[in-house]
Amino acid sequence: MNIMAQTLQDKLAILSDAARYDASCASSGTTRRDSRDGKGLGSTEGSGICHAYAPDGRCISLLKILMTNFCIYDCAYCVNRVSSNVTRARFSVDEVVSLTLEFYRRNYIEGLFLSSGVIRNPDDTMGDMVRIAKRLRTVENFRGYIHLKTIPDASPEIIAEAGLYADRLSINVELPTDRSVQAFAPEKNPVTIRAAMGNVRGLRTASKDRSHTGKRPPVFAPAGQSTQMIVGADGATDATILTRSTMLYDDYKLRRVYFSAFSPIPDSTAKLPLIKPPLMREHRLYQADWLMRFYGFDLKEITSVALDGNLDLAIDPKLAWALSNRHLFPVDVNKASREMLLRVPGFGTKTVNRILTTRRHRGLRYDDLLRLGASLKKAQAFVTCVDWTPGGLTDSAGLRARFAPPPEQLTLF
Amino acid sequence: MHTIPLPRIGTWAAWRDAARALLAARVPPEDILWDWDGSANELFATDLPPPTTKQVIKVPADFVEMAQWVVWHKDPERFARLYALLWRLRLDKAIIADRADPDLARLRQMEKAVHRCKHKMRAFVRFRDLRTAGPRRSFAAWFEPTHHTVEPNAPFFARRFADMDWMIVTPDVTAKFTDGALTFHEGREKPDLPEDAAEALWGTYFQNIFNPARLKVNAMTSEMPKKYWKNLPEAQYIPDMIAQAEARVRTMAETAPTLEPARVARIREQLQEVAQPASWNILNAGLVACTRCPLHGPATQIVPGAGPHDAPLMIVGEQPGDQEDLAGVPFVGPAGQLFDHLAARAGLDRGAAYVTNAVKHFKFKEGAKRRLHVNPNTSEVEHCKFWLQTEVQLLKPRLILALGGTATGALTGTAAGVMKRRGTVEQTAHGPVLITLHPSALLRMPDSARPQAEADVIADLTLAARMLADMALVKAPVDATARSH
Repeated sequence: MNIMAQTLQDKLAILSDAARYDASCASSGTTRRDSRDGKGLGSTEGSGICHAYAPDGRCISLLKILMTNFCIYDCAYCVNRVSSNVTRARFSVDEVVSLTLEFYRRNYIEGLFLSSGVIRNPDDTMGDMVRIAKRLRTVENFRGYIHLKTIPDASPEIIAEAGLYADRLSINVELPTDRSVQAFAPEKNPVTIRAAMGNVRGLRTASKDRSHTGKRPPVFAPAGQSTQMIVGADGATDATILTRSTMLYDDYKLRRVYFSAFSPIPDSTAKLPLIKPPLMREHRLYQADWLMRFYGFDLKEITSVALDGNLDLAIDPKLAWALSNRHLFPVDVNKASREMLLRVPGFGTKTVNRILTTRRHRGLRYDDLLRLGASLKKAQAFVTCVDWTPGGLTDSAGLRARFAPPPEQLTLF
Repeated sequence: MHTIPLPRIGTWAAWRDAARALLAARVPPEDILWDWDGSANELFATDLPPPTTKQVIKVPADFVEMAQWVVWHKDPERFARLYALLWRLRLDKAIIADRADPDLARLRQMEKAVHRCKHKMRAFVRFRDLRTAGPRRSFAAWFEPTHHTVEPNAPFFARRFADMDWMIVTPDVTAKFTDGALTFHEGREKPDLPEDAAEALWGTYFQNIFNPARLKVNAMTSEMPKKYWKNLPEAQYIPDMIAQAEARVRTMAETAPTLEPARVARIREQLQEVAQPASWNILNAGLVACTRCPLHGPATQIVPGAGPHDAPLMIVGEQPGDQEDLAGVPFVGPAGQLFDHLAARAGLDRGAAYVTNAVKHFKFKEGAKRRLHVNPNTSEVEHCKFWLQTEVQLLKPRLILALGGTATGALTGTAAGVMKRRGTVEQTAHGPVLITLHPSALLRMPDSARPQAEADVIADLTLAARMLADMALVKAPVDATARSH
């Protein structure tokens, strides 16, 4: 392997190619910072910015790269596993720092998402990553966003330092069950991964306590921690996946659990055959995740309508729930509680807020709902208002068929 | 008819002042002609001067918040629409909260369009390095916004790129930031900006972060509409990326798995030698933060296991007692002392063993003089099993000694019949487990029963010592060969 001959261009190609399987590109929810004092570069103002979109429809907000794709672990789903023959490369600290700053100055990115293969041992690898973040913050006065993917086996002291420079820390649980982690990522230990997440949670809590003198400890990873699990590489059902993600949110106070449809990698292993990435399944899982976090649904309600443990791919989980609970509908838009309005298919959180403010002044009509942003194609079967009632539509047998895409005709061969 | 001239630069302040004066003078909307940047049709213009009243007018804060974005919309009707709503608000302030009011809904839509344009400008401006000499670096960009968003948006760029000079040129307005001062100038035609080598690197990144197996072109174009592509250096690669995606995925699927590189065997060997060096640290960090069951509340601290991390023997007790809870170290109270005494008589080296408890927080009720021990319940044992299992995984002991019912239950799955099972070795998922009585049980016994029980425990401990010696014998030759290499 000839690494000496690689240019910066070559390395960037290899190490961004290796990073594309990480779903997260969030750059939001950290402390507000700017560089108005003229002594630094960058700002963060609450919401993140997607600076470009690739033809896979994903936002490009951060420079998402690996420090190196050399790795001593052999995880079957990973393009960088030790037994793969992909070309290897390694960035120097200077290279990562200068790429981040030069991209940032040209307004290409919001910051850096740095991950790495595990080289030598976890502490050395994590130590190098922390050095990059520290240099960006303390020497270059960089005030943009930094996300570090932590190595679960790294020692707590190094993680504690990482959180001083990074906005977000993440540790991937990789797969939905411990058994599949053991099967496909033999060197990774699900217990260690959880212990590391617990450690980060503890450090975040501690950073919010003032001491007896009222002094604040330094801010620790203000944008919180997140994780990712691969969907479709093992046999786990959506119910299993959502149960696990609910536990992760509760136990470790995660900001986000990302789902990543298992996607073909170059030089795959016979241990894990390639599949077409289950993108619709991934999408439905995100919808279910949203219902639980912002719409007041609990896990049981979602899984109760998931036949054989999997979400309906043809219709979204909120609609699936409403179709199985038609006795609760139609709801009167002018009287129903916020909780119930949130459960109407076709009403988003913004629409519900607007309904609640506007109905204080007058009774809402069908056309009003349109102007408030509701999707009435879905909602009309489930609501009544001043001049609208769905009549028999709510209970009609053909209601599901109105929403589900027509069955695909088999192609003649 | 009043003709109100509004400048291209500083539109918001001018409109606000004019609207304030017109409203104070009770000028109805139909009597006003808004002339933005000399664009009004002169046919209708009159020379009636704008009123100049400086009276304070109260309008809902939400209206001001909305209006200061709507004025930058490209729709020539924006000023008239805003004033018309203002005119209605005079009589009914509640309209501003009625999201379904058609006039307001239209303005909100315009506000949203301006916000989107603002957001896209923040996203899609691409600076080029001008490579000028001097203490500050300087950059310039050419951008074509949909609405007039340069002026309200420029402060964002000033907050972000404060340590460099920059300029955003648009056909509408040009924003310049020099030595920390922001100024606005007339719009221009597209300037010739020098080539920037960073664009090739950015293109490389853009092409490689793309996953060809997830082609979703519509998702891309809805967020990055084609009208922006001509000024985005990375967009030139998009057609080829789309065209090649399918073939790239097919190649991945059809390529047979390759043989693993030669270095893999060596790396695997090394991994065996340094099995998770930092994981004990992680375990302890996790323990300290543990809130898996309610016992963490009243207890002083968690009491982790103690002893060498390569110990062949793991001794598991029930839970920390009063003294252990205060010291943070296991087996230091009366029961621990009794155990040390019995172990010494059995010839078992307690210092060479790793000692821990099935439950790692002290459970108690407040007594009159001291805290009284309470047995942990099944749920507490079950929660704490997570830590016990981790300890077993990390330590990989050759033998585990379970003291009493709680430890036996946690390790073998049932605590029933410990008196009968004592002195026997059971094979479990954790390896061989030797069951004996807990020393605190001996402390609580009537004196008549105690000598026999002590003798039983000593017999069990002697058995443990002998088993370990046997295991060491079997293991020894292997170690010897390993060392000779």
